[in-house]
Amino acid sequence: MVIERIRTILGRNRRREKPAPVPLERGVIPWLLAVALATSLPHAEHLPLWLTLIFSTLLIGRTWLWQRNARLPARWLLALIAITGTAGIAWHYRTLFGRDAGVALLVFFMALKPLELHARRDGLVIVMLGFFLLLTHYFHSQSIPTGLWLFATTILLTATLIRMNGGGPSPRRILGDAATLVAQALPLMLVFFLFFPRVQGPLWGLPRDAHAGLTGLSDRMSPGSLNQLIQSGEIAFRAQFTSPLPARSQLYWRGPVLDLYDGLTWRANPRNALRSANKPAAVEILRPNFADYTLTLEPHNQRWLLALDLPISFPEGTGLWPTFETLAREPVRYRTRYSFRSALDHAANRDETPRMRTQSLRLPANLNPRTRQLAREWQETLGDPERISAAALRFFRDEKFFYTLQPPLLGEHAIDEFLFDSRRGFCEHYAAAYVVLMRAAGIPARVVTGYQGGEINPIDGYLTVRQSDAHAWAEIWLEGRGWTRVDPTAAVAPSRIERGIGAALPAGDPLPALVRVDGDWLRRLQQLRHRWEAANNAWNQWVIGYNPQRQREVLSRIGMKSPDWRMMSLALAAGSTLILAFVAIGMLCRRTKAPADQRAWLDLCRALERHGIHRLPWEGPFALAERVCREHPELSEITKEAAGCYATLRYGETNSPEHLRALQNCTKRLASRRRKTR
Amino acid sequence: MTPSPHSTQLAKVIAAANRVILGKDAQVRLALACLLARGHLLIEDLPGVGKTTLAHTLARLMGLQFSRIQFTSDMLPADVIGLSIFDRERSDFRFLPGPIFSQVLLADEINRATPKTQSALLEAMEERQVTVEGATRPLPEPFFVIATQNPSTQIGTFPLPESQLDRFLLRLELGYPDRAAERALLEGGGRRDTLPDLAAALTPDQIGPLQSAAAATHASPALLDYVQALVEATRNSPRFIHGLSPRAALALLAVARAWAFLAGRNMVVPEDVQAVLPSVACHRLQLADSAGHARPEDIAGLVRTVPVV
Repeated sequence: MVIERIRTILGRNRRREKPAPVPLERGVIPWLLAVALATSLPHAEHLPLWLTLIFSTLLIGRTWLWQRNARLPARWLLALIAITGTAGIAWHYRTLFGRDAGVALLVFFMALKPLELHARRDGLVIVMLGFFLLLTHYFHSQSIPTGLWLFATTILLTATLIRMNGGGPSPRRILGDAATLVAQALPLMLVFFLFFPRVQGPLWGLPRDAHAGLTGLSDRMSPGSLNQLIQSGEIAFRAQFTSPLPARSQLYWRGPVLDLYDGLTWRANPRNALRSANKPAAVEILRPNFADYTLTLEPHNQRWLLALDLPISFPEGTGLWPTFETLAREPVRYRTRYSFRSALDHAANRDETPRMRTQSLRLPANLNPRTRQLAREWQETLGDPERISAAALRFFRDEKFFYTLQPPLLGEHAIDEFLFDSRRGFCEHYAAAYVVLMRAAGIPARVVTGYQGGEINPIDGYLTVRQSDAHAWAEIWLEGRGWTRVDPTAAVAPSRIERGIGAALPAGDPLPALVRVDGDWLRRLQQLRHRWEAANNAWNQWVIGYNPQRQREVLSRIGMKSPDWRMMSLALAAGSTLILAFVAIGMLCRRTKAPADQRAWLDLCRALERHGIHRLPWEGPFALAERVCREHPELSEITKEAAGCYATLRYGETNSPEHLRALQNCTKRLASRRRKTR
Repeated sequence: MTPSPHSTQLAKVIAAANRVILGKDAQVRLALACLLARGHLLIEDLPGVGKTTLAHTLARLMGLQFSRIQFTSDMLPADVIGLSIFDRERSDFRFLPGPIFSQVLLADEINRATPKTQSALLEAMEERQVTVEGATRPLPEPFFVIATQNPSTQIGTFPLPESQLDRFLLRLELGYPDRAAERALLEGGGRRDTLPDLAAALTPDQIGPLQSAAAATHASPALLDYVQALVEATRNSPRFIHGLSPRAALALLAVARAWAFLAGRNMVVPEDVQAVLPSVACHRLQLADSAGHARPEDIAGLVRTVPVV
């Protein structure tokens, strides 16, 4: 009994008749094909070529079938294509799960589904799949063009739904209606965007492979590694200064500090991170010369942040290493904002630990004898570390060194060859050679990598720092002064520091586009890029980068000091209600907006009201005129004429503009009569 | 607006009728409008207020062939329609047409007849033809029935059922004359005597064109909106058991057209609809709170709920 009843409730027992499918109108099919194309097109960039080819073949084939009004392929053939395609995707990605394989599968099905378009239901499946595919584009790009494309596609999807439900006389009208619908949703979207409680990072967790292939500094430096980075015009980060912009020669954005050298590669010592083994970083402020700024860091999948030499206050969740690198707790996977204050005139660790000092003296044995020889000579003749450093810089300046991004390959004794033979190189060569010289002369020294300079975007005032601004410099530890920054590149190519890499390099060296600007049209192009990047930056700051922190900022600006989720829900509800109320009022107003003849008549009635005559709601024009004749004979002429005009306009066969003018004229006469009698 | 030949003809009719029936201009016009709208007229009031006189006057003025039936409770359908009698000379049945075979039929005190006789008349009104013993005979053109009835509270009446009341385009109540009119009546003596001398103001073949012209009066979309709003108001009002039927809505529009035509206008305005609404609607609306039909004041209240813009 009981089981029987449960079955009845679950509907198992009911032998349901399958309803006949609602047939699909032929005119809907082009819309659905457009949906399939628009929702999948941007994915072509990441999909394997064979899948793109299959996709276009299937869609073109479907269009052809539509044009010829031919029969759709048999079910077994579709099944065969589906299985083959799925197998192909599984083979290509080695899985069917995860971001890329999943998207590939969806796109493939999107091309396949139109081939079994029999009923309205199939059309709806395509539209819903389209809406889902829309979201997947954000895995790859969250830029303005993507946003615009997806917005347009949303309108197309909505229009397809309208078309499927039989609306609209022409495609233009349907698209117009869809655009109106979507536009009406925009204010609501804005309220939800502003007030819906935010979570850190994107709403969906990205798989691990999402961050592969990000460019940026690394924790090791071997010949040519920086060189590759400098070829990239990508943006590393943007900085917005609230204090005056420091001089360009002070814009040293500090990245990883490299102090282990094996003769070829410079690496960061992992022990540097250990607080127990090291003295904590101590920055003494020599003069109150501060820089306050906010970094918007592009994701580089590493923990270090790039503060100006040297930061004294940090955002939450970041800290200073004993080697004065600023690090976040987690690798930077999303575009993130950090606010810093840096002391530009500082002394760093005047009392450095012996361990750190000896580590900064270590050199591989038996390498670079000529360099060691030179250093030893300086040590004997000059003695004082500062004078040795000055001698080294003088050496770079006076001997024939060239600054170039295309240095010759160096052999085993790389520093020797560079210092005495090739003498061609760029920042990493000079920094490395300088540090080796100093270490050989008994002065603790290390390589610092990071970025130098940057470019102010005149549109929004942000300082843009690109990968091409990557730089390497040196630091020596001096008794009583602590770690002191020395940039040997400045000795060789001062313009690198003063005016940027484009100015320092000889003409003909390959550089990313627009780093070197000569000529009018290039300048114009650069201007264009400034604009584009400023727009992008605003988008990144306010749309993509609208995280809990930003949300708190915005909410506190509109008066919600400590917003919790209750307040936010309230704001959400209030905002939505407000918008709906506006919409409702707008609709009501539109309904009461009458045609011109009615408005003119109502104007006349208002004019009569000023004479003390109130038209009754059910009173027609002639009835009103008759009453006016009885009660206010002095107005009877005007009212009679007006009533005649209005009756002709509204109830007559011809709707002539003269009558309308005459009616409006009556209103004016009534108004002027009123003034005269006053 | 220059007066058209139609309106001068009609003005003559109205003026002549007003000389006979004193102080009842609106009712005369409504009766005339009913004729122009090709409908049948029901006049309901107490005995002695001039119902028959009005019917008679109209028939005379329009120069139509006129016959009269005084309904009684023992009347049979054959008395209305006619009957076949055996003609000895020709050894055949001969049809003797009843009084219904005339252009204007005055059916006096229709609610005194039995339902059987009533329905014989009412079928003829609707079909404009009579079928007797298998032969269908058309009625003359125009065919216009003016029926009078006493209020149903009077003794010895068979009230007309709803469906048959609906056959009458208009129902009029004459009411007592006002003081001045009654005085003139008293001074001038009974008006019935002047009737035989009344000259026709129209000829029968003028009536067809007049009816067509009246039906062509323009009703704009705005006016149709208003008519629909009124009809909807009767349907939504809790005061009435049922609202007006689509046929009633058509009747309302037709009479409003004729009313506007009588006023010499070539378009219908809401005032026309309002003017004819009580006569069109009262006998078609049943009050919810009391047995009986809607009164003109109920209709006036209804009109006030529907704004005219």
